[in-house]
Amino acid sequence: MSSVYSEIILDYYRHPRNKGTLEHAQISAKDSNPLCGDIIEMQLELDKNNSVRDVRFNGQGCAISQASASMLTELVKGKTIDDVRKISKEEILSLIGGQLSAVRLKCALLSLKVLKTGVYNYLGSAISSKEELSDL
Amino acid sequence: MQRHAQVFPSKKTSGYDVGRARADFPILKREINGRPLVYLDNAATSQKPVQVIEALDRFYNQYNANVYRGVYRISEEATVAYEDARRKIAHLINAKDPSEIIFVRGTTEAINLAAHSWGRSNIGLGDSIMLTEMEHHSNIVPWQQLAREKGASLKYVGISEDGRLLREDSHQHLEEGTVKLFAVTHVSNVLGTINPIRELVREAHKYGCKVLVDGAQSVPHMPIDVQDLDCDFLAFSGHKMCGPTGIGVLYGKRELLQTMEPYQSGGEMIKEVHLYEATFKDPPFKFEAGTTDIAGAIGLGAAADYLTKLGLRNVRDHDREITKYALESLGRVKGLKMYGPPDPESRGGVVSFNLADVHAHDMASMLDEDGIAVRSGHHCAQPLMERLGVAATTRASFYLYNSEEEIDRLVGSVERAGRVFKI
Repeated sequence: MSSVYSEIILDYYRHPRNKGTLEHAQISAKDSNPLCGDIIEMQLELDKNNSVRDVRFNGQGCAISQASASMLTELVKGKTIDDVRKISKEEILSLIGGQLSAVRLKCALLSLKVLKTGVYNYLGSAISSKEELSDL
Repeated sequence: MQRHAQVFPSKKTSGYDVGRARADFPILKREINGRPLVYLDNAATSQKPVQVIEALDRFYNQYNANVYRGVYRISEEATVAYEDARRKIAHLINAKDPSEIIFVRGTTEAINLAAHSWGRSNIGLGDSIMLTEMEHHSNIVPWQQLAREKGASLKYVGISEDGRLLREDSHQHLEEGTVKLFAVTHVSNVLGTINPIRELVREAHKYGCKVLVDGAQSVPHMPIDVQDLDCDFLAFSGHKMCGPTGIGVLYGKRELLQTMEPYQSGGEMIKEVHLYEATFKDPPFKFEAGTTDIAGAIGLGAAADYLTKLGLRNVRDHDREITKYALESLGRVKGLKMYGPPDPESRGGVVSFNLADVHAHDMASMLDEDGIAVRSGHHCAQPLMERLGVAATTRASFYLYNSEEEIDRLVGSVERAGRVFKI
């Protein structure tokens, strides 16, 4: 069994990329995972073409939740908001690598859930269905 | 590299044979990720010896029937076994009479029963209920609900830095004269602290205050004598003491139980039912409405037999020795902080810790990779976590089958986590 606690995860946990806050973010969302007490906030700043110009995450919690949030910020940078919407949980899990128990999946996917919540709220009525959130 | 314990030699602590006890627990032969399972989550639930599993098996295979009113052979056998279980539990905690033993689902239901049937008639406007900062949620929330319903208040006994109750707090609260009930845990499920129940009861009784003891972490681990403790109620769970899940006990002094209203009502707890009224049986039957967990009770009886045969004094001695060994071994790990009294004499087999800034869930996941089962989180004691100023801890909790070799594996894996996280 390959450990989820790889050098890469530990590096993102110890030296998080894009951690902090943005002053002019159009998209901002926050949520927590009661099991671990993980808290994640995601912020996106968009350019005129609705592409992600800048992104930050903030939060605290276990290594898996914090490292995956940091990895996610790198993944969304430069993407259009439509492409951000299409990011799947499988993409996140392959970035993390290693085996995760069902309980720890929630830690790994918290940042994606927060990100998508923020995107849906921003798009508002343009999106009628939130089914993509339901399996996170 | 990690120490890799292949076998578990029957190391003896004070004449007690761990290896022999281990052989009674089939699950301990399991391997996780190619290594023998090290089960250190006994404060959550214990494993089951073959003697208990076989008792359940015998019931279902040979005399499964509903109790009391069947006049045929197997119903009589079931009734005898069910009431035998009650006698065995009474004997285990030295109750005066088996009628003081009420079968419930577990500690939580036992406390809810006491809050409902005793609390609602005995706690009123302006009264107080005294709790401690180290209670499990199950010994906090029912009393919050009762206090809200009755206009009563809650008073908390604080804890010292090393996790002991502040006796001056309880004294001060009792002096105010409104405290009608003290609900207190015997052994903390996070700190391991063994509270001086006999003294606490004596003090409370001087003020006419009744005492309910949460025995979830004590009854499985040490000799208990309710007449000596003189507590008014004792709540505990079967599944933490080698018994099945779904069965537990509320002990109550007979004279109190006789004055109490029913908990749930329906079949089997009544004397007579008419269209507009009913009369109730005497305790304990008055509190056991409907078909109870007959198999569970019989299984719990078998668990009581098992523990009695092993000797709860031996179990306690083993717990203390293994805890002492764990405190010493974990104490040598760089950056590791433990919670609770440092002295193994005054604690049960529970060790909560954090390693530097490694999150408790990361620690538990890393230990799981090595086949070691521990708990991480708030342990259903959020007020205590706040008091300790931590979000979560990792908790290793021991029982009669845990060996020093298993503690070595725990320590080896904790050290591995430290290396991975570059502590």
